[in-house]
Amino acid sequence: MCLAIPGRIVELIADQKNEVGIVEVAGVRRKVQLGLLADDMPVTGDWVLIHVGFAMSKISELDAAEQMRLLSMLGEVDQAMEEVRGYGQAEITHENGVHEPPHPLN
Amino acid sequence: MAHGAGGKASRKLVEGLFAPLLFGSSPGPLGDAAHIDINGTRVALTTDSFVVKPLTFPGGSIGELAVNGTVNDLAVSGARAEALLVTYVLEAGLPTPVLEGEVRAMARAARDAGVRVAGGDTKVVEHGKADQMYVTTTGIGHLIPGVTVDPRSVRVGDKILLSGPIGDHGITILLARGELDLEADLQSDTRSVLPLVETLIRAAGPGIRWMRDPTRGGAATSLNELARDCGLGMVLFEDQIPVRDTVRGACELLGLDPLHIANEGQFLAVVSPEYADAAINALSLAPGGGEAQVIGEVREQPAGTVLVTTRYGGSRIVDMLVGDPLPRIC
Amino acid sequence: MRYVDEFRDPELITKASEEIHRLADPSRHYRIMEVCGGHTHAIYRFGLKDILPENIELIHGPGCPVCVLPMGRIDDGLVIAKEPNTIFAAFGDMMRVPGANGSPLEHKARGADVRIVYSPADALEMARKNPDKEVMFFAIGFETTAPSTALTLMSAMKQDIRNFSVFCNHVTIVPAIRAILDSPDMRLDGFIGPGHVSTVIGCRPYEWIAKAEGKPVVTSGFEPLDLLQSIVMLLRQLESGEAKVENQYKRVVPWEGNRAALKVMAEVFELRPYFEWRGLGFISQSALRIRDKYAAWDAEQRFFVPGIRVTDPKAAQCGEVLKGVLKPHQCKLFGRECTPEHPIGALMVSSEGSCAAYHNYEHRKAAVATSLTSIA
Repeated sequence: MCLAIPGRIVELIADQKNEVGIVEVAGVRRKVQLGLLADDMPVTGDWVLIHVGFAMSKISELDAAEQMRLLSMLGEVDQAMEEVRGYGQAEITHENGVHEPPHPLN
Repeated sequence: MAHGAGGKASRKLVEGLFAPLLFGSSPGPLGDAAHIDINGTRVALTTDSFVVKPLTFPGGSIGELAVNGTVNDLAVSGARAEALLVTYVLEAGLPTPVLEGEVRAMARAARDAGVRVAGGDTKVVEHGKADQMYVTTTGIGHLIPGVTVDPRSVRVGDKILLSGPIGDHGITILLARGELDLEADLQSDTRSVLPLVETLIRAAGPGIRWMRDPTRGGAATSLNELARDCGLGMVLFEDQIPVRDTVRGACELLGLDPLHIANEGQFLAVVSPEYADAAINALSLAPGGGEAQVIGEVREQPAGTVLVTTRYGGSRIVDMLVGDPLPRIC
Repeated sequence: MRYVDEFRDPELITKASEEIHRLADPSRHYRIMEVCGGHTHAIYRFGLKDILPENIELIHGPGCPVCVLPMGRIDDGLVIAKEPNTIFAAFGDMMRVPGANGSPLEHKARGADVRIVYSPADALEMARKNPDKEVMFFAIGFETTAPSTALTLMSAMKQDIRNFSVFCNHVTIVPAIRAILDSPDMRLDGFIGPGHVSTVIGCRPYEWIAKAEGKPVVTSGFEPLDLLQSIVMLLRQLESGEAKVENQYKRVVPWEGNRAALKVMAEVFELRPYFEWRGLGFISQSALRIRDKYAAWDAEQRFFVPGIRVTDPKAAQCGEVLKGVLKPHQCKLFGRECTPEHPIGALMVSSEGSCAAYHNYEHRKAAVATSLTSIA
C-alpha cells in the first residue's frame, strides 16, 4: 500500500484527454494515469507521487524546501534555547516538570 | 521455479540433491568451475545453461550470454577459456532467421572473447517445449598462473572489490519482457570479464583470495555464499556500491534491491589489504574497468552474513535471494 | 533522484538522530507504533533502529494489506484462476503468499496463467489485448490503492471491456488502528501515521486517536529524514504532554485528502458489513466491495467463489505479531518452520511483513549486537 515514488511528468497524452501522461523517474519512463488528480490536473514539468501507475498527489516544492529548512535547523533550536537561557530569560517550568519555552520557536 | 533463480532454493537443490549423488566425496565449497588434474596438467571445466526470455534484449542476446557466461565462470575461477562446446535445444517452429541471428551473435561473442567454439550438439523438441531455444555451453581452459581462488583463504581485513555498476542486466531483461510497461535507456552489461581478471591477476595475483561473477541472485547471493563458505562477515559500504541512476530509478519504482539483480559482465573479488590499492588502481585504468570500486571489507562479525552499512551509522542484513526478484507495490 | 536523495542526506540524518537522543527522556521507555507496512520496511531498509536511542521502541503495526488477508481469500481467488482461459493478474507482492493449496506462483508452475502487473490499469489493458481470455485482477491494498482500482473499473465500464473483473480485497486503515487500541495487551505512546493512505483520506480520520485516546499521531513520509523528523515531532508532543495530529509529510499529503480519489472510491465501492482480517478477526465496516452498478466487473459476482475459510495453524502467532504484542522472533515458528523460503504466514512473505523484515534485515544482527557498536 505504500510504495510510491516521486516522478516528473514529461509528456501528456493528448488523445486520452490528458488523463494519461508519461512520467520519468531517474531516466525510467512509465505511463501514468492522472485521473485521481482531476481536481487539479498536472501539467508537463510537474512532480507527482506515483503509486501502481497512478498519480496520487502533486509534490509541493515549497513544502519540500520548508521541510529541508526545518531539518537543517534541528539542534539549532536547542542551541538557540541554550543562548536564550543564558540571557536570563527563563523558560517556564510547570509543576509536572514540563518545560515551556518563552516564545514559540517552531 | 524458485530453484532456478540462483538464490537459496538453487543452492539447496545443488547441495542437497546433485552434490551428494553426483560429486561423491565433495572436495569442499562449490565454485564457478571445476579444476581437475589430467595426468599432471590442471584444466578448468565449467558448464552453464541459458534460458533467458526474451531471446534478444538491449545490449545482447542469448548467444552472447552463452559465450560470456561460460568464459566468465572460468575467468573468476582463475582460468582462461580455450574452447567451448555448445548445445542447442530448439523448439520446433523456431524461425530460421532467429536461430541464425543467435548463432551469429555467438560467433561474434566467441571472437571477441578470444575463445573458439570446438563443437556442439543440436536437438529439436516439440512446439511448446523449449521457449524458442535453450543453450548450454561447456568451457574448458587452462589455469592462469599466479592466482589461487579459494574461499577458505579469505581473512579478516581483506577488501571486497566490484568491477563496475550492478543491476544493468537484470533490469534490462525485466524491462524487455514488457510486463511492467517501463522504458529506460539501459542495456545488458554482458561481456567477457577475462581481460579485467587478467589485469587484476597481474597487479595483485598473490593477494587474490576469491572471485565470482554475480549472475542470477546478484552480488548479495554471491557474497552470502562466500560468507557462508568462509564463516566471516562481508561488510559493504552502501554509498560505495556503483549503481547507474537508471537502475536505481527502476529499482526504487519496483521495490527491488540492486544487490539482488543479475549481472552478466561484472565480477567480485576479495583481495588482501596489501594488494587492494594496486588492484583497484589497475582495474580502474584498464578498458572497461573505470567504474571498479572497493565496496567493502571482510570482518569477523556478523559471521556468515552480508551487512550493508551507511554513512550515518545505519545498517541492514542482506540475505540471499529467495526465488526471482519480484516487483512490489507495498 | 529528486525528492528522494535530499531526504537521505547522511549529515542531516545524523543531526536528526542526535536531536532524538537529546529529546528522549532517559527515564522513559517510548513505545511508538508505525502503522504502515511501508514504514516498517523503510525502518529496516535504512537501518534506522541503529541510530535511535535504546529507550525508543518501534512497534510494527497492521498496515500491511498482504499480511492481513486471510488465506481463504487467496484460495478463493485461485479457484477462479483455475477456470479455463482465465488470467490471474496481481501485484508481485501476492505471488508468493501461501494459500492452502499453494501460492499464486506455485499455481503458475502447475500451469495456471498467473501474471504480475504493476498497475490495475495494466490488467485492464491485458483484457483489452486478449479478448478471448478472462482477466481477473486480484486487488489488494488500503485506501492508497483502492482509488486506482476504482478508476480502472470506471474505465472498464466506459470502454465496455467485458472480459475483465476485479476480486476486491481492499481494506480500510482506521478500523485496524481501532482494533490495535482496543486490544488489552497494547500500550502505546504514539503513532507514526500512515503516509500514502493519508494522501487519499487526509489527516482528519486520525483525530479521534489524539482526542479520544490521547495519543499523538504524526503522518510521515518514507525517507529516513521523514521518519526521523516524525519521531522528533512525536517526542516534542510527548514532552509537552500534547496529543494532536500533525502532518510531517506536507509535501505530498493534503490535510483534507484527495477529494477526487475519495469520489471515485465512493462511486465504485461500498463498505462491507464486516470482513475477516488475519490475526484481528472479524471487523465491521472495515473493507470495500464493489457496488451493484459495477457487478458485471465484480469477480465475486461473475464467478463461483467457495468462500473458503482457512484458519491459521495453531502454532502460528501471526495475529499477535500483527498487533505488535509479540516481536517476530518471539513466535514459536519464526526461523524454524516459518522462513522466507517456507512461509507459514503472510508476515513472512510480504516485503512489509514484520517477520520478513526482521528475518531478512535483522535477526542475525541481534546475535552480534555488541560487535555492531564497532562498525561504521
